[in-house]
Amino acid sequence: MVAIVGVGYSGFNSTTPDLSWKEIMYEAALRAYTDAGINPRRDVDSFVTCAEDIYEGFAIFDEFVPDQLGAVVKPTCTVCADFLYGVATAYMQIKSGLADIAVVESHSKASDIQTFGNVVKFAMDPIWLRNIGNAHPYYLAALEMFQYMAQRCLSEEDVARVVVKNKNNALLNPSAPYAANVTIDDVMASPKLFDPMKKMEIAPLADGCVVFVLASDEVARELTDSPVWVKGVGWWSETYGYDTASFSAMYTYKAAKMAYRMAGIENPAKEVDFAEVDDRFAFKELQHLETLQLAGKFEVARLMAEGYFDKDGSLPVNVSGGNLGVGNLLECTGGQKALEVVLQLRGEAGRRQLSDVEIGVAQAWRYLPTHSGAVAVFGV
Amino acid sequence: MAVGKKDIECPPYAEGTPLSDEDIKEGKVTYVEDHPDIRYSWTAGQAISKFLNGLKEGKILGVKCNKCGRVMVPPRMFCELCYKPIDGWVELKDTGTVETFSISYIDPDAKPLPEPVIVAVISIDGASPHMGIMHILDEVKPEDVYIGMKVKAVWKGEEEREGAITDIKYWKPVEG
Repeated sequence: MVAIVGVGYSGFNSTTPDLSWKEIMYEAALRAYTDAGINPRRDVDSFVTCAEDIYEGFAIFDEFVPDQLGAVVKPTCTVCADFLYGVATAYMQIKSGLADIAVVESHSKASDIQTFGNVVKFAMDPIWLRNIGNAHPYYLAALEMFQYMAQRCLSEEDVARVVVKNKNNALLNPSAPYAANVTIDDVMASPKLFDPMKKMEIAPLADGCVVFVLASDEVARELTDSPVWVKGVGWWSETYGYDTASFSAMYTYKAAKMAYRMAGIENPAKEVDFAEVDDRFAFKELQHLETLQLAGKFEVARLMAEGYFDKDGSLPVNVSGGNLGVGNLLECTGGQKALEVVLQLRGEAGRRQLSDVEIGVAQAWRYLPTHSGAVAVFGV
Repeated sequence: MAVGKKDIECPPYAEGTPLSDEDIKEGKVTYVEDHPDIRYSWTAGQAISKFLNGLKEGKILGVKCNKCGRVMVPPRMFCELCYKPIDGWVELKDTGTVETFSISYIDPDAKPLPEPVIVAVISIDGASPHMGIMHILDEVKPEDVYIGMKVKAVWKGEEEREGAITDIKYWKPVEG
């Protein structure tokens, strides 16, 4: 088994004018090493950072990471993907015996990006997708949303309820800059920027950094009395492109299957106590809950309306506030989700602490315009 | 160590079968062109903000770590070797030593430059040995540059300085 023995974070904020991304990273890393009781210069065998060059504005971004992580003249690599892929990479390095202690880092300095719409467009095929029309590419999510709503017979209120739940949950999270006591009427009154998608259903960008320290079974037991175990990890990609993908979040279904199999979970809806899922567009939470097999295809919206996924419900989802409350953290999205799961499992989630939780799931999508994602199952 | 003092010729060309502008204009190659408009404004942060503001005042600032004893430039808020916060700021001299250099004849688009650009790594006086910045040399003939040469910063006028690394126009040999 592989355990999380230290977590640290910086943020999360809508903007961070006082600190560079390197300084945010230093802050989060120092907290994680202090939490784990380790010295990175002496104790860490491998450092894994998760970043996408175009979000950073640097080519070959991995060259820029060692100093602020304590990784100078140490094994370091960057995974061009979400934080949860980094957890999977560190897990494999430890399981294979390459490392006893491995560090995973991801951050967002989204406030440094001036033209985010064009960055998303840059991920589209330049020959037949990128330059169709001049709309902001968030419409890519609305295309998927409309089809999903039609297939599942969802009303606009069904989607709006996700925003109400998550922004209100975020009020108990001091690190959630987009917390708000909104009602369903507020969300329904929000302008439709990408019909049928409303402005409030889109997670705004945020800055922050998450660092985890992972360790082998033996080392973890030396370092801490309360390790959180990585029970399962999974990742999956469907296909490229908006003209060929299924629009059904198959990536989460398949990644979850892989993670659940590793974790020995046969009935996720019964065995998982709570989940943090990607809700960077509100409908994505419904779609991801379905594909994580935490509720039946045609039950998700009804259960949401009944309060099943509320913080005092049977299966709390996005107690942290999710991306709608915390913000879109780019490749650090899965980091914030895994962080919340670990804090809840350790009983360190403050006023939003859930009672009697032993198994939590973190899930992240690779965002527009992808059909890829990763899932991690953590437990105590 | 006068390794730079020698006759310097243009580097050789690579011979091949290049595509010409004409071939592209005539549609001999099937292609799609795109010019993405992607812009950033990187937050300088605590350490580099202070460094850039120093340049605006015509000063080169470094930081020190009391554990390893190094004086570091460009500055950072933490010592990357000791992994602890730095212990203070130091004003360095605007003189230094050429650690290595290259006489560069072509631009990023591989077009010949009208005059070669002499790029050099310069260790700054007052910082720990071999610590410094990369910049350009001028007021010196390419054939006269050598590793170990003492150089001094040539600053933009106070009015023109804007808090950027280019507030130093270039470095020139220390006279005498």
